[in-house]
Amino acid sequence: MADQSPVIVVVAPLFAALLAGLIGMREKRACLPLTLLGLVVSLSAAIVLFRRVLAEGEVRYFLGGWDKPLGIGIELRIDTVNGLVLIVIAIVSLISAIFSFRPHGQRDTEKNMHFYILFLLLCAGLFGITATADAFNLYVLVEVSSLTSYALVAMGSLRRGTVAAFNYIIMGTIGASFYLLGVGYLYMQTGALNMEGIRVVVNQPDVLASKAVLVAFVFILTGVWIKTAFFPLHGWLPNAYAYAPTTSSTLLAPLMTKVFVYVMIRIMLSVFGLVWVFEHLSWSHIVVWLSVIAILAGSIIALTQTELKKMLGFLIIAEVGYMVGGAWLADEGLWGFKGAIYHIVSDAFMTSCLFIAAGIFYRRHDCHDIASLDGAFKRMPLTMTGLLVGGLAMIGVPPTCGFFSKWYLIRGGIDSGHWGYVVALIISSLVNAVLFFRIFEIAFFGKKPVEHADHGDSHGHGEEHAPAPAEPTGQAPMPTALVALMLSAGFILLIGIFNGQIMEWISLTVDPLNPFTKTPPL
Amino acid sequence: MREFFESYIVPYFNFWVYVILMMIGMFAMITKNNLIKKLIGMSIFQTAIILFYVSLGVKDGATIPIYFHEHKEESHAEGTSEDAHHKEEESSHESVGPGILTDAERKQAHLEAGDHTPHGEAAGHAVNPDEFTNPLPHVLMLTAIVVGVATLGVALAVCQLIYREFGTLEESEILTQIKQSNHG
Repeated sequence: MADQSPVIVVVAPLFAALLAGLIGMREKRACLPLTLLGLVVSLSAAIVLFRRVLAEGEVRYFLGGWDKPLGIGIELRIDTVNGLVLIVIAIVSLISAIFSFRPHGQRDTEKNMHFYILFLLLCAGLFGITATADAFNLYVLVEVSSLTSYALVAMGSLRRGTVAAFNYIIMGTIGASFYLLGVGYLYMQTGALNMEGIRVVVNQPDVLASKAVLVAFVFILTGVWIKTAFFPLHGWLPNAYAYAPTTSSTLLAPLMTKVFVYVMIRIMLSVFGLVWVFEHLSWSHIVVWLSVIAILAGSIIALTQTELKKMLGFLIIAEVGYMVGGAWLADEGLWGFKGAIYHIVSDAFMTSCLFIAAGIFYRRHDCHDIASLDGAFKRMPLTMTGLLVGGLAMIGVPPTCGFFSKWYLIRGGIDSGHWGYVVALIISSLVNAVLFFRIFEIAFFGKKPVEHADHGDSHGHGEEHAPAPAEPTGQAPMPTALVALMLSAGFILLIGIFNGQIMEWISLTVDPLNPFTKTPPL
Repeated sequence: MREFFESYIVPYFNFWVYVILMMIGMFAMITKNNLIKKLIGMSIFQTAIILFYVSLGVKDGATIPIYFHEHKEESHAEGTSEDAHHKEEESSHESVGPGILTDAERKQAHLEAGDHTPHGEAAGHAVNPDEFTNPLPHVLMLTAIVVGVATLGVALAVCQLIYREFGTLEESEILTQIKQSNHG
């Protein structure tokens, strides 16, 4: 079984989706257990696989046993970077599946059989994107996950969700088509679709300056940037995530953008090679300045938002700026690059935690306004704790993972001398602090501190908080939702505490390819 | 002018057409007010890329990559798309012969035997890859066509939802309705 673990990770949710469709037609309640089953199988296979990668080094798996590079022979290749990302996807989607549980007899989107089929197909697509070592298969899997995510965004009860989904379809299709076009140019020049095959040809001296490869790189990068919502190309993201059904956004927001940042990193690392990207191309300054603009714009637009989920959407755009900029810092120890990969891991859990908290609030209040959180801590202490942990991680307070990813990114920024990037990171942290402390203030102390002059001691309980805000109309949070929230909050702390170990794993793959220390093997 | 035409336009005619088609599609996606027209633009955009890929496989004076087998075997029918790659690898597999083989090797040898023996007259005669168009881009485009159809399907379904919610498919009217509901 351990030999087959790379393919089991990808295929388990696919089969679970099939079963959910077949069994779900008769018994709707079977869908959630099947989803959980599929994801647990994926998670355990991913863990087995990761242990194997640590023991043996890179694991290569050829579908159907076609182990000669026949041009389109499908290869899955797992190293420590995508092994880690696979585990993160499995855990985050599992948390999201736990969150999706709704009591019997409700008419939520999550009670729908189709919801779980799409959920599982999306997971299969994301696992595939992460595991594949074939540039064209990457396109197909990108489309698998994108198509399902369009549907997941559109199936909510909010009418604006449909318009957001339409814009997402248009933008997403342009992004994927650009990627496909780039792969076409690469194929024209190299005659290969396997990532390693392409890298070997691209780095040959006579191909190095080829215009076709350059055009391919520009197309691929633009396509992937549209999908990651890198700042000027972010238009689809805030509405799509804000008006999607709650569970959809807890699945899409942490995973989609992060997986596409991973795709960008994989393309830099495996398709073109860091030597080509950093030494031949030498665009790092331009891209890092673009990311500075992205970070500042995302943070500042987030300040103007009054809806919680939309604000989080713009924060994601700023976080994408962190990762893209970090990956392009090109400092000598590649700390920015490794920090960007670490930030993929930590940001997945941070956004998962925040969106789950936002989802619980939405079910309680039936509206997303930040103002409606007035005095929420007393009504829902656990949810607020989750939001607190997520918010502190976003700001970057030490025991949480957000601190360490910023630490590595800033270290990369200082080493490479990109002071603009460092300043942008710090400004964005301050903006996050303003944003989240505004929420904390409203939720902990209430909106009207004038009426409660003694809010110094209302910190603890404050029984005399007589004019309590109008009791919200929605349902109380489900215990399962709270479990999901606590799990992701726990992971935020765990990833922060074990940051050294995770960075060590990332270094195992990245360091041998570092163009600044020695010439990497082609 | 004529020189420019002959050296830049004629040899790259397919590529010019694909770029123009793509721009038409993109123009429609950006400027059209009607959502269905936007989707038509999206389809044109995707089709342009298919044209680009199909152009990649073309070679001067090459024919379709189908082998005429002497022994008509069913199992070779699916081998056509792989054949082109076997040709490229011919030299490395020349040594593989009959004997005690593993399953994979036997399959390999079997396919190669299929490569060598049929094709017209001479058995064992090496196939010249320049005689055949490259089938791989076409095979890739089969997948891309399927993806395009699926995207269009999802997009039309979303349009249907939008029509149900807003009663119109004109973007400007939808936006006014959203603005009104925000203020109201």
